[in-house]
Amino acid sequence: MYATNYHRASSVADALRLKGASDEAKYVSGGMTLIPTMKQRLAAPSDLVDLRHIAEMKGITVSGGRVRIGAGTTHAEVAQSAEIKAACPALAHLASLIGDPQVRHMGTIGGSIANNDPAADYPSAMLALAATIVTDRREIAADDFFTGLFETALQDDEIVVAVTFAPPERAGYSKFPNPASRYAMTGVFVAKGPGGVRVGVTGAGANGVFRHAAMEAALTGNFSAQALSGVTTDPSELLSDIHGSAEYRANLVNVMARRAVAAA
Amino acid sequence: MTKVSMTVNGRQVSGDVEDRTLLVHFIRDRLGLTGTHVGCDTSQCGACVVHMDGKAIKSCSTLAVQAAGSSITTIEGLAKDGELHPVQAAFKANHGLQCGFCTPGMVMAAVDMINRHGGNLDEATVRENLEGNICRCTGYHNIVKAILAAAAEMSAGRQAAE
Ligand SMILES: Cc1cc2nc3c(=O)[nH]c(=O)nc-3n(C[C@H](O)[C@H](O)[C@H](O)COP(=O)(O)OP(=O)(O)OC[C@H]3O[C@@H](n4cnc5c(N)ncnc54)[C@H](O)[C@@H]3O)c2cc1C
Ligand code: FES
Ligand code: FES
Repeated sequence: MYATNYHRASSVADALRLKGASDEAKYVSGGMTLIPTMKQRLAAPSDLVDLRHIAEMKGITVSGGRVRIGAGTTHAEVAQSAEIKAACPALAHLASLIGDPQVRHMGTIGGSIANNDPAADYPSAMLALAATIVTDRREIAADDFFTGLFETALQDDEIVVAVTFAPPERAGYSKFPNPASRYAMTGVFVAKGPGGVRVGVTGAGANGVFRHAAMEAALTGNFSAQALSGVTTDPSELLSDIHGSAEYRANLVNVMARRAVAAA
Repeated sequence: MTKVSMTVNGRQVSGDVEDRTLLVHFIRDRLGLTGTHVGCDTSQCGACVVHMDGKAIKSCSTLAVQAAGSSITTIEGLAKDGELHPVQAAFKANHGLQCGFCTPGMVMAAVDMINRHGGNLDEATVRENLEGNICRCTGYHNIVKAILAAAAEMSAGRQAAE
C-alpha cells in the first residue's frame, strides 16, 4: 500500500472540510472495498477521511411511511434490524448474504452504493424499492443515481448520508453468488410498492445494475413466478467473463427473478 | 507517523505507526502477538480475524489508525488464568485443527458466532458463518463439530449460572 494520511471526521461538515483540504483524498467507511483496493495499489489516495464515527450517518428509523437507513449502517446491522425485518424482510435477507460475517461487521450501505460495484447486492434493492439517496446537499432518485460500472451521480466530495424508501407491499431477493467471492453473479430484487412493480438486476448487466422493463410489465398484471416464464433477457447487454457467459447470465436473470417473486 | 492507542486483550497499548499500517501488522510486529495470521491478500481467508469492540473483523483489511480507541481481542486474549477458552478446548477435543494455520481465525470467528447465536447454532448456520474462513487443510468437518460442541457447552454453562 502507498503512504496515506488518515483523518477521522466527527461530523458530515467536518468530513467535507477534511476532504476539501486535499485533491487526492478519499472517504473511507467500512473500508471493505477501499482498503483491499489500496493494498493492491489500485487506489492510492493521499488522504483518507474516515466517516465511520459520524453519529448523524448511523441508525435505522421507520416513520411517516418511510424507512430511513443511515449511510454508516453496517450490513450486519441491516440484517439483524427488527425494523427492517418488519418493513422489508427482503432487504434484511439481502444484507445477510453480503460477503461473510466479518465483512458485514464493517461494510456499510453507504459505501456499497457509492462504490456501485456491478456485482454488489444493494444497488438492485435501491432501484427496485425506488429508494431516494440522501446526500449532504440533495436527494437523488435511485433511477438517476447508478450511472454505470463503478459510476454514480455523486460529485467528487459528495457524501451519502442516508437512503430512504417506502416499505413495499411485497418484495423478494434472490442471488446466485460467485462460489469464490460471494459477490452476485446475478441477483434480482423484485418489489411491489406504491409506485407499482419494479425489478432491479445486479451482477449481470454490462453497464452495471439495471431495471428489467419486460419483467416489470409481466409482473404488473400477475405478480407470480409463472408470469415470468416467457420473459427473456437480451444477452447483448449482459456481462461475459470467466465466471459465466452473457447467455448463461441471461438464463440466471430469469431463474433468480422467479425465485425472488416466489420468496416475496 | 501517528500515535495510536487501543486496548488489546485488556491491556492499554500505544505506538507510532505509519497511517497505512494494517491492524494485523501492528498486532504482530509491534505488539509481538503472532497468533493472528495473514493467509491471503484478497480479504477472503479469515486467518487474521480478531474482535474489535466485540465484533469479528478482518485485521488485514483494517488500518491500525481506524482501530485507534477501540478494544481489540486476539487469540492470545481468550484463555483465562491458564485455562483454555471453551472454544479452544473444543477444537482440541474434536481435532478441529491440522496444521493449525487457520485455527486462530477459526476460533475467533467461532467465538463471535456463538456470541451472536448462543445455543441456537445448528450445523447449517455454522457452515454459513464460516464463509469468510478458509482452511487449506480442509478440515471443516471437525471445525464445525468443535464449534457446535463449544456452543452447547457454553449455553449449558450460562443456564447453570442463571
Ligand atoms: C471478502 C469480501 C466479500 C464481499 N462480498 C460482497 C458481496 O457479496 N456483495 C456485496 O455487495 N459486496 C461485497 N463486498 C463489498 C462490501 O459489501 C463493502 O463493504 C462495500 O461494497 C463497501 O462498503 P464500505 O463501507 O466498506 O466502503 P469503503 O470500502 O469504505 O468505501 C468504498 C468506496 O465508497 C466511497 N464511500 C464510502 N462511504 C461513502 C459515503 N457515505 N458517501 C460517499 N462515498 C462513500 C469511498 O470513498 C470508496 O470509494 C465484499 C467485500 C469483501 C472484502
Ligand atoms: S489475511 Fe485477512 S482475510 Fe486473509
Ligand atoms: S488446519 Fe491447516 S489451514 Fe486449517
